Amino acid sequence: MGLASARSDRMQRANAPADRRRLTSPIMVALSFVVLLALWHFAATTWPSRSFPGPFLVLQTFLRETASGDLPYHLAMTLWRVAASFTLAMVIGSVIGVILGSYQRADQFFNPWVILFLNIPALVVIVLAYIWFGLNEVAAIGAVAVNKIPNVVVTMREGARALDPRYAEMASVYRFGPLDRLRHLLLPQLQPYIAAASRSGIALIWKIVLVVELLGRSNGVGFEINLFFQLFDVAAILAYALAFVAVMLFIELVVVQPLERSSTRWRRRAA
Amino acid sequence: MNAHQLAGAAARLKVNIEEKSFRTSNGGTIEVLRDLNFEVGENEFACVLGPSGCGKTTMLRILLGLDKAYRGSVQLPGKAQARMGAVFQEPLLLPWRTVEQNVRLAMPSPLREANLDELFASLGLAKMRAFYPSELSLGLARRAAIARALAIEPDILLLDEPFVSLDASTAQQLRHLLLGVWSQRPTTALMVTHNIEEAIMLSDRIVVLSDRPAHVIGTFDIRLPRNYRNAQVKADLMRSFREKFAGMENKP
Repeated sequence: MGLASARSDRMQRANAPADRRRLTSPIMVALSFVVLLALWHFAATTWPSRSFPGPFLVLQTFLRETASGDLPYHLAMTLWRVAASFTLAMVIGSVIGVILGSYQRADQFFNPWVILFLNIPALVVIVLAYIWFGLNEVAAIGAVAVNKIPNVVVTMREGARALDPRYAEMASVYRFGPLDRLRHLLLPQLQPYIAAASRSGIALIWKIVLVVELLGRSNGVGFEINLFFQLFDVAAILAYALAFVAVMLFIELVVVQPLERSSTRWRRRAA
Repeated sequence: MNAHQLAGAAARLKVNIEEKSFRTSNGGTIEVLRDLNFEVGENEFACVLGPSGCGKTTMLRILLGLDKAYRGSVQLPGKAQARMGAVFQEPLLLPWRTVEQNVRLAMPSPLREANLDELFASLGLAKMRAFYPSELSLGLARRAAIARALAIEPDILLLDEPFVSLDASTAQQLRHLLLGVWSQRPTTALMVTHNIEEAIMLSDRIVVLSDRPAHVIGTFDIRLPRNYRNAQVKADLMRSFREKFAGMENKP
């Protein structure tokens, strides 16, 4: 008993700094944003220019575009393209990555392909997709996915190489079915790699989606930015870009992080 | 209880491994097993005893179907596909699943929803069902691994030194627990060990292996029921075992 209570004391003490860090971090984040806004406002009023609007003008533009329904519509179009190409890239990339990581022969053969695709500029893939498949939604989403797949392959290949063969042996002795193997053996072991791939994936994909929209779609945030670029309307460009960043941050905080916490709960409760 | 209980010869474990060798990294070959033949009768608890590194684990991997590159044949009890309850040297529980989930995942689908209260209670795991393996001591994790092996109602139980790297009293407690649950529902069991006392306490028959390449030196049958094996009897058994296998000491 004495030992146990001593240990829990020590654990509480060890947790204390972490708790404080967690408590102060939202305040720090808010403070840092306020300072950034103040600097922006100060700079915009000191050097007034049509191409450098202050934060209030951007906010006004944002509210106007939101009220007219334009901004939510284009935001939704971009988000759906991000979601579709992200899902496509993660599924295809994971399957290829796990195969390459599990079979050395296949890896030796396909590795040059992976390197080749890793180094093709995103713009080239997008332009070729539009030329070959036309200016349509399939070409747009496919081009974004193709840009991201090699990154997912490389990450998931490392994950597959790190799989513990002893669990696979245990599963074969106890005759796990293919679905059980996927759910209870493969995915939990690959979870950190999936998390890493999707983190870097979302950030990369939404930027490429904007380029795709700019080059060949007639809606979405990228299309709107192109439009406002021709009008030199910087306030609207910033309003759209910041709105999208805010949505992505929201997804990160509300979807990605809680999901990660719940899938790694077995690690946290370690004795 | 066992859905495919079989009588007579079909329920025996027959091992006839002619040859098993490994290729080393520098191109040579090491012969690990040669002419390894023995049988274990229905519902018999047998121990395979042999010096360290003689190929006991290799033999067990062959029985488990994890190593197929050998010459010879192995016949497991039960029908075409014997249900094997395995306890490995390490517990090998999935760290991301709770103790109960680990046990249930190993069970074939018709048994999945079976009531496990009795099994968990008899292994002293009743309060640990919702724990993750990282929250268990090695001794408790071993119990969970034993629970998993028994929950599937196996045709054969294969154990690979399940009590190593535990302190003596924990190991002894675990041996009693294993015997307790095994005797509630006896199955053919084969345990690999290098501990003579353990073998004498647990088994009906001890199969003694030679150094590499391993073959059977001889067998030692203990017909006395386990509850009659007190300290005096065990000492006597140990003496006669030593006389029969002079020169083979209780080497780690």
